[in-house]
Amino acid sequence: MTQLPLRAQLASALGRSAATLSRMTGRGDGSVIGGRVGLMLEPDLLRQLARDRKLALVSATNGKTTTTRLITSALLRLGQVATNAFGANMPAGHVSALSQQKGAPYGVLEVDEKYLPEVLDTTGASVVCLMNLSRDQMDRAAEIWLLAQKWRKALSGKPTHVIANCDDPLVTWGASTAAKVTWVAGGQRWKEDSWSCPECGGPLERKGVDWACRECTFHRPEPEWILDDDAVIDPRGERWLLDIQLPGLANRSNAAMALAVAEAFGLPVDQALPSLREVTSVAGRYTTVERDGRQARLLLAKNPAGWLEAFDVSDPDLPIILSVNAKGPDGRDTSWLWDVDYRILRGRPVFITGERRLDLALRLEVADVPFATCTSFTEALAMQPPGRVDVIANYTAFQQIRSEFGRAV
Amino acid sequence: MPSDSALRIVWIYPDLLSTYGDQGNVLVLEHRAQRRGIETETIHVRSADPVPESGDIYLIGGGEDRPQILAAERLRRDGGLHRAIAHGAAMLAVCAGYQIMGSTFGGEEGQPVDGIGLLDIASTRGPARAVGELVAEVDANLGLPTLTGFENHMGVTSLGPGVKPLSQTIKGVGNGDGFEGCYAGHVVGTYLHGPALARNPALADLLLTWRAGELAPLDDTRYEQLRQERLDTVLAQ
Repeated sequence: MTQLPLRAQLASALGRSAATLSRMTGRGDGSVIGGRVGLMLEPDLLRQLARDRKLALVSATNGKTTTTRLITSALLRLGQVATNAFGANMPAGHVSALSQQKGAPYGVLEVDEKYLPEVLDTTGASVVCLMNLSRDQMDRAAEIWLLAQKWRKALSGKPTHVIANCDDPLVTWGASTAAKVTWVAGGQRWKEDSWSCPECGGPLERKGVDWACRECTFHRPEPEWILDDDAVIDPRGERWLLDIQLPGLANRSNAAMALAVAEAFGLPVDQALPSLREVTSVAGRYTTVERDGRQARLLLAKNPAGWLEAFDVSDPDLPIILSVNAKGPDGRDTSWLWDVDYRILRGRPVFITGERRLDLALRLEVADVPFATCTSFTEALAMQPPGRVDVIANYTAFQQIRSEFGRAV
Repeated sequence: MPSDSALRIVWIYPDLLSTYGDQGNVLVLEHRAQRRGIETETIHVRSADPVPESGDIYLIGGGEDRPQILAAERLRRDGGLHRAIAHGAAMLAVCAGYQIMGSTFGGEEGQPVDGIGLLDIASTRGPARAVGELVAEVDANLGLPTLTGFENHMGVTSLGPGVKPLSQTIKGVGNGDGFEGCYAGHVVGTYLHGPALARNPALADLLLTWRAGELAPLDDTRYEQLRQERLDTVLAQ
């Protein structure tokens, strides 16, 4: 790799020191502050750090962190990989990730949906992986049609190879200006944001997995990769049983995307898949924590589509604890609770907590789901009989629980 | 199979105008009617389908700029909603759906777009996004407690002589002139998006009363706990 210019070397080194200090003082993992310091000293640092590496950018509403992890795990077979494993998915986090692995010839970066155009322009990444778009934290996030439109502009005229989920009409539209697209039929559980055509606004008609606009020519492209329940069919028609440890259909979809990305890096399925199977939990998601004979499995759900995925993973025979906050990273508006169909929880012992438990309480009452209210996660856990329990929490509620167990991974 | 006497709740264009929790208003109306033994039938009208004229309560929600313009075009062409309101049906129009009811609203570049003229209001695109909790005192003629909810919009709405302000804001932006929402006859418009009726069950009951007559009281403990927590938190800020 070419040597970084002196100013960039200094910026990168000081950023790493700031990150170390932040970690040592217990303020976090340091990836945001480190990157900020670096960018302050050298605004062009991300471009310089990205140069001469083969990068994949991963973006979506849900599954970014997990898919980034799966791709990284596969690409490690090829060599060193720089990655923002802790979900710091804006430019400061990217600078930090690339600074810490200066010699890595590969990079896999999770990118916030809004920042994708900027990060793609800056890094010139050769591969972009796009999975899904749905309503999410609308008090601070952009409207998703506008996001997809920005993706279109950013991808247009670049040589980028896009790997995109063609079962999500909005992602398909957002990706389709790219010079090269590999379509993956990755599935779409949440459909409430794709009843109308992103191109013309007409009604989208669905027949099985297929979809097409009734009023214009926009339709589902033919996929090269297909997720078929617990297996993936590759572009040559070969069927691979996924057999990954991460639970649920959403993660099998993430794995299908990861295999397509790995192949774009020249790594065939038979080599990539074993690495995907080694991943058991990602930044605390799906991990099980234990206290006083109670084993709580932690599921993260940040928006309506995420809750559907969490319900899919959750064991219907177990009691369940739900925790909801509305701090900045969660979105301060809890309206989304009304987009989640909680009726699936009827018949299970349900315990609720979190700062916005009163919003959740009313939501469950209207859905005719009986529940018990707890003032804290600790109290909710103590109310369980010894044994297993599932926990679904939104972002800061999830991080609070993780912290209680020493930032469980 | 619901009987002919069932209360018909019509949700207009959830495929275009249902960004964030709008379904909550449908669920709260259903739930509050059913708990009083009033049978309900809910009709989801997609934008390709005609709007039935025989509904009792019509709901229309929030949405992005482009779907909002499409919804206005389709509602104007369809005419079903106009006829239903002329027959005395009730309506709650929220955010983008509220703006559509007027003579004009601001499109994605701020250009004026024709509304459907069911309310004597006109909206434009404001300079900044209004995002956050809103608290307002409702017009005394309606006899409702304090309005609470969340707004997220860029609209500025001016009211004509044919409507009355729904409420006077204490916190938040609302129409942009110290008032929030409006009403005329049995039509209510508001910027409180998402499940406004979950935060304001008395407003839900007002809509129900207009079509189903006097209502039995309900145990509203959960509603009241949520309202109190929100009002305390927001007014203390």
